[in-house]
Amino acid sequence: MSSSITIKEQFEIPGKLKTWAFALMGVGLLALIAGFATKTGTEEERAVFIGTIMYNTIFWTLITNASMFFIAVTTLAMGGWQQSFRRIPEAISTMVPIFGAITLVVLLYIAFTGNHHIYHWLDTKSVETDEVLRGKSGFLNVKFFTIWTILAIGLWSLLGWRMRQLSNEADEERMDTEKGNSFIWRNTVRAALFIVWFALTVGSTVPWLWMMSIDAHWYSTMYSWYTFASSFVSGMSLIALWVIYLKNKGYLEYTNQEHLHDLGKFMFAFSIFWAYLWFSQYMLIWYSNQPEETIYFKNRVQGPYKGLFFLNLIINFISPLLIFMKRSSKRNYTLVTFMAILIIFGHWIDFYQMVMGSISKETVTLGWLDFGILSFFIGLMIFFVSKALASKPLVPKYHPFLKESIIHHT
Amino acid sequence: MAKKRFVVGCFDDEEVLFPAVKKVRTAGYKIKDVYTPFAVHGLDHALGMRETSLHTAGFIYGITGTITALGGISWILTYDWPLNIGGKPHFSLPAWIPIIFELTVLFAAVGMVLTFCYISQLAPFVKRHHFHPRATDDLFVMVIETTEKTNVEDLKAFLSNAGAVETDSHFVEEGWWIGRYDREEMPFENKQIVAA
Repeated sequence: MSSSITIKEQFEIPGKLKTWAFALMGVGLLALIAGFATKTGTEEERAVFIGTIMYNTIFWTLITNASMFFIAVTTLAMGGWQQSFRRIPEAISTMVPIFGAITLVVLLYIAFTGNHHIYHWLDTKSVETDEVLRGKSGFLNVKFFTIWTILAIGLWSLLGWRMRQLSNEADEERMDTEKGNSFIWRNTVRAALFIVWFALTVGSTVPWLWMMSIDAHWYSTMYSWYTFASSFVSGMSLIALWVIYLKNKGYLEYTNQEHLHDLGKFMFAFSIFWAYLWFSQYMLIWYSNQPEETIYFKNRVQGPYKGLFFLNLIINFISPLLIFMKRSSKRNYTLVTFMAILIIFGHWIDFYQMVMGSISKETVTLGWLDFGILSFFIGLMIFFVSKALASKPLVPKYHPFLKESIIHHT
Repeated sequence: MAKKRFVVGCFDDEEVLFPAVKKVRTAGYKIKDVYTPFAVHGLDHALGMRETSLHTAGFIYGITGTITALGGISWILTYDWPLNIGGKPHFSLPAWIPIIFELTVLFAAVGMVLTFCYISQLAPFVKRHHFHPRATDDLFVMVIETTEKTNVEDLKAFLSNAGAVETDSHFVEEGWWIGRYDREEMPFENKQIVAA
């Protein structure tokens, strides 16, 4: 790369984007206030209200955290192709502390007010008499829940922050071999630390603790991987959306169809991976037909959630499978935008039925409140991500692997 | 099968090969193929080859596998020989999906391999002429088709100009044949030992 090439490195936030972010946040806040005023009469209603906030905040925390996972995993794999747009997943991952804080507040509020309409294991009377709940009380108790939630969110934020700090060095000066080697080595170490913590949390305990424990009797070891697949594929879609947005605004000169193709491949592959886990979880339970296991699917497959449950499968598996199968569709900006929005929406619906299908078993509560809160989170995400993008150069100029990304060819 | 004259230009560097391919094509010569020791990124583009249809074939084989499996299992287990398995309904789709998936993959994989072998004319006992033994080692071998009107010497000079380290012309079998190599066509023959 010769130094005479000039690129637009500095992202300037368009006024329109800010307006949109504030409008979405405003709509969300209005919905939140209206929901608080009208939907918190009885204890059941309150559980639905808090549950709605809860699945939204968990969804956004996990999919923004998936961005840091993407960086860590490509760093460990010595990947070079993502360097030309790596500042975008980095910017998205700055949302983890913010969404994480909201999640922490919501979850601790539930735990400390003992809202057993959401977490059945918070009901101390039931735990005393119920053998199953007593057996799980070593894992499902307020103390462990609190400590583990704080640790999870805190360490995601801290380790992600350390990765991003290291990335700043790639803006400073050209690296010689020795400096480049040490830079890559430190990247590897920090990425590995993040991955280990990610595996211990998103890959296993956190989805069990935050979401599966709503059905305190039911369990599925597949659940965490399933949640991870869900959040990772939506996370990749979110990255693709930002990449396309910035491309449209004339930034990211080094990023082209080849990179889009690889992002599309991730979206395609992990949609199938998600369906694989969905099916594995479903078929094992269907096959053995044990009442304590089928209870989870009873109201989802045969009850009021039937429509959403199968819509979920169509949006998240059938449509990516058929539309993204062709090479040309993964290289088409319009189609990738459409699919990214569809996939994020589909997995949001998935999170909805995972959480609310257990909190409100009899009625589907999907309505204006859900979309209002969703728009609040989207507005928050747009506002802070664009701010984070503007705070750094868009391309890590002196990253040793940048050339690999520029000449990338799928 | 028909014999034909080909002009061969050997290059020892990718960086030279790409402009050479471009020059040869703009000069109007028809490149039969370029034999390379390893897969060269973008060479198919430079040669102006069309996008492969192998994946479309793979999709069709896959769908065939899906239909075969679904049709087969549902006919066997609901009509021909219904069995009561664990009290499940005869038509129990979830249990069949792994098998449907496996047959889809099997049909797609085997079908694509066979199709690939067919279009690249690979099979046991099938022989083709080797234009240069070092094509599997370190040379990029460009083979150009000729007509009666082609001036072979001119073409060779043109190739040398374009950076070929070695040029040659072969009057050889165009396609494949079953049987054996003639003595002079043995690709890795050690000529010195024969001479002695």
